[in-house]
Parts: sequence; C-alpha cells; structure tokens
Amino acid sequence: MTLKNYKQKKDFNVIGTNPIRHDGYDKVTGRAIYGADVKLPNLIWGEVVRSTIAHGKIKSIDVSEAEKMEGVFAVITHEDFEKNNKDANVNLARDMQNILAKDKVLYKGHAVAAVSARDRNTAKEACNLIKVEYEELQPVSNVSEALEANAPILIKDLVGDHLGKSVNKTNIAKQIRHQLGDTNEGFKHSDLIVEKEFNLQMVHQGYIEPHNAIAHWDENDHLSLWSSTQGSFAVRDLTAGFVGLSESQVTTYPVEIGGGFGGKTKVYLPPLAALLSKKSGFKPVKMIMDRVSVFLASGPAPGGKVKVKLGVTNEGKFTAGIVDLKFEAGAYPGSSIAAGATCCLACYNIPNVLIDAFDVVVNKPKTAAYRAPGSPQVSFAVESVIDDICEKMNWDKIDFRINNASKEGTRRADGVQFNKIGFIETLEAAKSSDHWKSPLLKKNKNKVYGRGIACGFWMNGGGKSTVDLMLHDDGNIALNEGSADIGGTRTSISMQVAEALGISAERIQPSIPNTDSIGFTGTTGGSRTTYATGFAGLEAANKLITEMKKRATIYWEIEETDIKFSEGNIYSTKDPELKLSIKELAAVIGETGGPVSSTASVNLPSGGNGFGIGICDIQIDTLTGKTDVIRYTAIQDVGKAIYPQYVESQIVGGAAQGIGWALNEEYYMNDKGIMTNSSFLDYRMPTSLDLPNIEVILVEVANPQHPYGVRGVGEVPIIPPLATLGNAIKDAIGTRIYSTPMNPGKILEVLSNG
Amino acid sequence: MATHEKIHIKTTINGNPEEFLADPHTSLLDALREIVGLTGSKEGCLDGNCGACTVSVNGRIVDSCLVLAAEVDGQNVDTVEGMANSDGLHPLQQAFLEEAALQCGICTPGFLVSAKGLLDNEPDPSEERIRHWLAGNLCRCTGYNNIIKAVQKAAKNL
Repeated sequence: MTLKNYKQKKDFNVIGTNPIRHDGYDKVTGRAIYGADVKLPNLIWGEVVRSTIAHGKIKSIDVSEAEKMEGVFAVITHEDFEKNNKDANVNLARDMQNILAKDKVLYKGHAVAAVSARDRNTAKEACNLIKVEYEELQPVSNVSEALEANAPILIKDLVGDHLGKSVNKTNIAKQIRHQLGDTNEGFKHSDLIVEKEFNLQMVHQGYIEPHNAIAHWDENDHLSLWSSTQGSFAVRDLTAGFVGLSESQVTTYPVEIGGGFGGKTKVYLPPLAALLSKKSGFKPVKMIMDRVSVFLASGPAPGGKVKVKLGVTNEGKFTAGIVDLKFEAGAYPGSSIAAGATCCLACYNIPNVLIDAFDVVVNKPKTAAYRAPGSPQVSFAVESVIDDICEKMNWDKIDFRINNASKEGTRRADGVQFNKIGFIETLEAAKSSDHWKSPLLKKNKNKVYGRGIACGFWMNGGGKSTVDLMLHDDGNIALNEGSADIGGTRTSISMQVAEALGISAERIQPSIPNTDSIGFTGTTGGSRTTYATGFAGLEAANKLITEMKKRATIYWEIEETDIKFSEGNIYSTKDPELKLSIKELAAVIGETGGPVSSTASVNLPSGGNGFGIGICDIQIDTLTGKTDVIRYTAIQDVGKAIYPQYVESQIVGGAAQGIGWALNEEYYMNDKGIMTNSSFLDYRMPTSLDLPNIEVILVEVANPQHPYGVRGVGEVPIIPPLATLGNAIKDAIGTRIYSTPMNPGKILEVLSNG
Repeated sequence: MATHEKIHIKTTINGNPEEFLADPHTSLLDALREIVGLTGSKEGCLDGNCGACTVSVNGRIVDSCLVLAAEVDGQNVDTVEGMANSDGLHPLQQAFLEEAALQCGICTPGFLVSAKGLLDNEPDPSEERIRHWLAGNLCRCTGYNNIIKAVQKAAKNL
C-alpha cells in the first residue's frame, strides 16, 4: 500500500479528548479476564523442568518416576517436538530447541522437559522426580568472552552470516554494516574527535503478569489457545509452526495482557501446553511461568558493548561518526542489532558514517524485544559522547543538537530518507521548557547535584491490521479489531472511528475477537497499533459512510450525487428536509438492504518516525552513592495525541523503565554464568517512592502519512533516560560512568577515587 | 506425593460468608482464585515482592500469596471484587478510571486494595505518604504519576 501525504484535519471533536477507556470498568473491578483467569472444563496443569546450569550437554533424561506418579498424565521432552514436526527447517528447529532443549542446555532455566498433572502442585512435584544428567561446559557470559579466540562454541551447526559471508565455528551469528560517505576523510576534517566504549548489562521488561498458556488440542487436531500475548496471530502462527499444524488448525482466543513491552511477542509455554494436551488425552492444559523462570528463561533485552567515535569541526558540525555495537543475542541468534544500527546516529545529519553491528550468542536466555529494541543501548553511548563533545567545546547542548539535527530530506546511514519529522521542534520545545530554563536547585550541602539531557530516535512500525464495523439498530457501532490492547488502544482506535463518523467515543463498543473472527492483524509492538489499526479503523469508517450514503439514497429515492455526509449526519444537498443522523438512519436502514457493516485491512509502511528528549535533575548522596531523580521532563513528538492521557502515560511509563535501566536494573551473573538476582526483590525496578512526578511535554508535528497525523508513541520514551542519567551523574560527580547500571557501587568507587 | 487431609475453612469474603476445603499448603491467593473463584487478585511473583495479589485481612493489607488459606479461618477478607457496591464504583475505582491510573491493568486490583487500606485510616495523606504506602505495589506501565493523582483525587472525594 503506497501512502499519500494527507491534508491534516485541524478541528477535532473526539481526538484530543480523554473519554473513560472502554475496558476500564472491567479492570478496576477485577472482572477483566487475563490468561491465568481462564477456566475450562477438565482443565489440568502443566509445569516445566528447567536446566540448573548455564551450559552443558544433556547426557540423559529419566522421566520414569514422574510418569508413574499418581495424578500425572504426560511427560514430554524434545523428542515429542520432533515426532510432531519432522520437517522443521534449520531456523525453526533451532527455535524449537529454545522452547525445549535438545542435546544441550544453553542457559540456566532452559526448558528440558514438561509435565501435565491433575493440579499445579502435583505437576511441580512430578517435575522434581525427573532426573537430568549433564556434562557441564564452560559458560560464555558476555560478548567479550564469546569473541575470545578459544571461546567455547555454543551452537556447533551455527553458520554465521558475516557481511554476507558464511562462517563456521563462530559465536557471531550475524554482522551487518551501514555506510555513508567516507569516515576516514570525515575525521581528517575534524577539529575534535572523541572515542569511547560503553558496556551494558542485560535487563528485563519486568511486566507484572508472568507468561501463561492454556492449550486444548482436540480429537480433530484443532488447537485452541489462550495466552498472554502482544499478538494473537503471532501466537497462532508460531505455535502452529512448532507443533506441526497449519494456521487454520489453531485458534487463539483473546485474553487481557498484563504488560509486555516487547517481551510478549514470542512464545514459550503455548507449544508445551499444546503437546501436553495432545499427549494427555486431549485435555486442556494450563501453565503459568513462575517469576524466577520469567527472568531466567523468557526474552530479556540484550546487554553488550557499544563503541562510538564522533568528529566535529570548530564550527559545531559533525564530520564523521563510527559506531560498533555488539549485542548479546542470548542462547540463540536474533538480537535487535538491526534496529540498534538504524537508530544509533539517526538523530543527526552526519555526512560520513560507518556502523557495524554484531549479533553474538552467549549463555543467557534468548533475547526478545524491549521497547525500542536496541535503541536505548546505542543512544546511551552516542548521547554520552555528544555530551562530552559539548563540554569540551563549551557548546550549548541543545543548540549543538539543533545545528546538526535530522530533518525532512536527511538521509540516514541505513539508506532511508526522512519524511516530515519533528526533531528540531522537539529540541526547541526542550529549550523553552520550564525545566531547562530553571536553575538546578542544590538544596542539601551534603549532596551533589547534576543535570543531564539526551535524545532518542525510533522508526515506529506499520504493518498489517484489520478492523470491522457494524451499525447497530440503535445507531451505535460495534468495532472488532485484531490488535492486542496493552494500554488503551481499543479506545484510541475507537476514537479515530468516532471522529470520522461524527459520533462520541462512547457510542463505539470495541472488541478483540479470536483469530478466526477478524482478519490478520500484526503484533502490538514497534508503536504500530494506534497508527496502523487506527488507520484500518478510518478506512472501515469511510466504507461505512459510503454504505450509509448509498442506503440513504435508496430510502429517500434520490440521486447519489445529491447526498452528503458531515459530522454524523447524512443529508440531501438539494432538499433541506432530507436529513438524518446516523442514529435515525440506523432505525430505518434495514429496509434498504439489510444490516450495514464494513471491513478494512491495511499494510502500512513505518508509522511516522519519533524523536524524544529527556531532561533530568539528580541528587547524589556522597556517603551511599545513591542517585535520586528529583526532576525529569520527557519531551516527545507524538504526531497527534489521539488520547492524550494515555499518550502521556506511555511516555511517563517508558521514562520510568529507562530510569530503572540506567540506575539499578541488570542481570547480575555469578562466575558460573547464572543470574543471581532473579526476583523482584533483587532485580529492583522503580517503585512509587523512587520516582518523581515525571513531567511530559507533547510536541505535535503531524505525520503526513496518517489522516490525523498519528506517530507511534510508546517506544521512544525509554531511549533518552540512560544517557540523560549518565550525563547528569557526570555533571554531578565530574566523572562519566561507562556502564549500566550506574548504581551506588560504581558511583562510590568514582567518589572514593576522586 | 505427600498425603494430607484438606482443611475446613470458614471465612468472610467481601462481607459474604464462605466455606471451603483447602490443602494445608494452599495460599490465600490460590484459594481465592482457584477455590472461591475470585480471580481479581493477581499472581505476579508468588514471593511477596510485587503486590498484585494484595488483599485485606481484618483491615490489614497483606500479599495473599504469602498467607495460607488456613490462616483466614474466622477472619474477614476483602478483595478488589468487594470495592464496588450497588451504588456503583468506589471513589478510588472511579478516580483510577478518570485519571488513567492504569494501562495493562494487572497491578490495578492490588493498588486499589492497598490504596483503600491507606485511605480507610488516613483520609488526607500527603503525596510523600501515598508514595511510601504504595511502594510495595509494582506498576511497570504508568510510572506511577497517574496512580498517585488518582489516590489524591479519591481522598478528596471520599
């Protein structure tokens, strides 16, 4: 689908207001049904046996005792996968090994076997009876270890793709490169060159609801699934692939999702529950992943190393930039290096660029998306180096960025040329913000204070979405859409439809049906849903209007050329007596040819690129090294805020996650390659006491490719905090910390050496 | 498998008498969700660190994953399901809706029960006090801004 540039509508009735979200009542009363709340007749429970070591060969699995236990229905191992799916290709076969290990375990928590039993406790006890013997191997805990000359090779048959060349016996699954101009030439013309390396630890999305699944494989080989997911269709398609069924043999039923942030775009439990169901006499099997396993064995965000070299002239212009990023893929290939490479220098117009990105396997869980996947890591490095450049050259940190900012027509190193973007407007908004103009308050003489600023970029997604509309006899609208609603999108989609139809958002009743009852819709992620599914909603609304106009011509017996629709009313342009509201028309429309409904599907390119900025004031206790965020302002170009309360809340939530990532959160590994802080007590995410009231400034530079100007919102806000906090800490203590998390221990070390 | 007899538990949940049998090791959270059928209290961590399962026992806020079902024999348990009545939503629930104090909603029942525990005893808490009281409930979506605003608004409306 090619997109035209839309003339932007300026006056809105529904968009920009804050109706009560449609699913809100169920969620504040405890009625809303999440995956773990689903109950079915004859339900039994499943549990997983997980690896106790980080790296090893599986010598034997003895399931005999478990199989004999009273109340146990079935035990499965990787063999059961292979029996169901003999023709799996290399990539699918490798992904299946992540769901259930074959021959080798590659991280602590790696699933080795699964059990179904009459209740959850019986299933857990049966797991304890399964004996797994390992031959322990040396773990590879980070990218440096993985790249050592004699490093253990994690996956024997992995063929690395290094700039298109096939390489055997490697832990580098992939290397990609973006190149623009000639960096050697660029650096020759630089007056200042700064080069630094940054280290990041793996972090987790930290959604409060653990993974869950219910699977019912019936006697006719039809599989029904309920699972907390960002994409019902992804769960359907991935699970079908793993268990050897085709898409039409699987139906995913919608359940509410208790947070995902990218981490619920993969499947872990549904294929296991499916095979257990089949092997347990076609009984439905329910599984809930315990919190420790969520940390150990779901998909976190990669840590890694990012090296940045930037050159500038005395006149304040970039001449060249090199970024080298190496991300931990986890146990199997597929980290967010492509997005990291795209995002790292996208904020700026740099004439000569070289970006190399490496996807490196290590003995940690296979990584998944986490909010703007790859961008926070690279921006931490790039925006820190820019801060150092501005300090060295004594440049204003916002003016320098404005002077080099990407704008419409700027070509990124990955080849894409920007359409209309709002980075400069966002920088101007930061510059004129109350926060930036206010002095840094230094209240307590025993503490040190600092201010930081940093920027971030995310492409924003497009893709496939479907919306169906049905006109009820009372003139209200039933809306079916295929996107999982993770934070208010049922309402933001309904609001766009309501705006087009000239009715209130409350007159739309949105639902998310099962995967057999709505057209394919891509996963909620990449900040695509309000844009792409909203776009499908607009197309469906336009079709509904066309049909209602047609019906009105039949009802009034007038010509199609004489009819108009505006602000929820259909009228004749010739006869002022002929005017009906949607409600009035709905009451009589049945006589003109049956019920009125419409459906629209779209496949859209990127959702209007997004830029964000963080400004942060911190206070550091020099005795404990603890950083307190005393003021944080997030400034972001959102295109058009459809549902402002929830747009702001997305930004605040993203900033909060970024602050946690910057200051506290990490996978803390021991020398056996095992995460030792796998609980919410030790993996400490920000609480209400750790954060100030985060301020938000919305900038609205309309995305010309959406009729209402929508840009994706949810990804960008997590990007700026890492460097924003790093720059603030540098401002406070005079020394930069080159690794995340920038926790009290590292700050105390700097202070005691200072 | 361990053999044991189930325990007979008589309790009051949201003002209604409830009687059920539970294994000695069954947590209050599991009893509420799996036996009584009240799934509003959520499982987030099962180790008392997220607050998604928060309920009130005799007016005291607890993580129901850390309480045995047998312990509430003869006690009063209040859950999110008991907050609204025939007049409509509790002012906290209404304020959570109006202030957009939820995104995914999984932590919401726990926050509501916790916040009610505060406002029942302290009708006019400061922002600092609210932030301190709610620090045992994790929310990963909202960054807490709107939750704090909602509790302040409900305090005014109560």
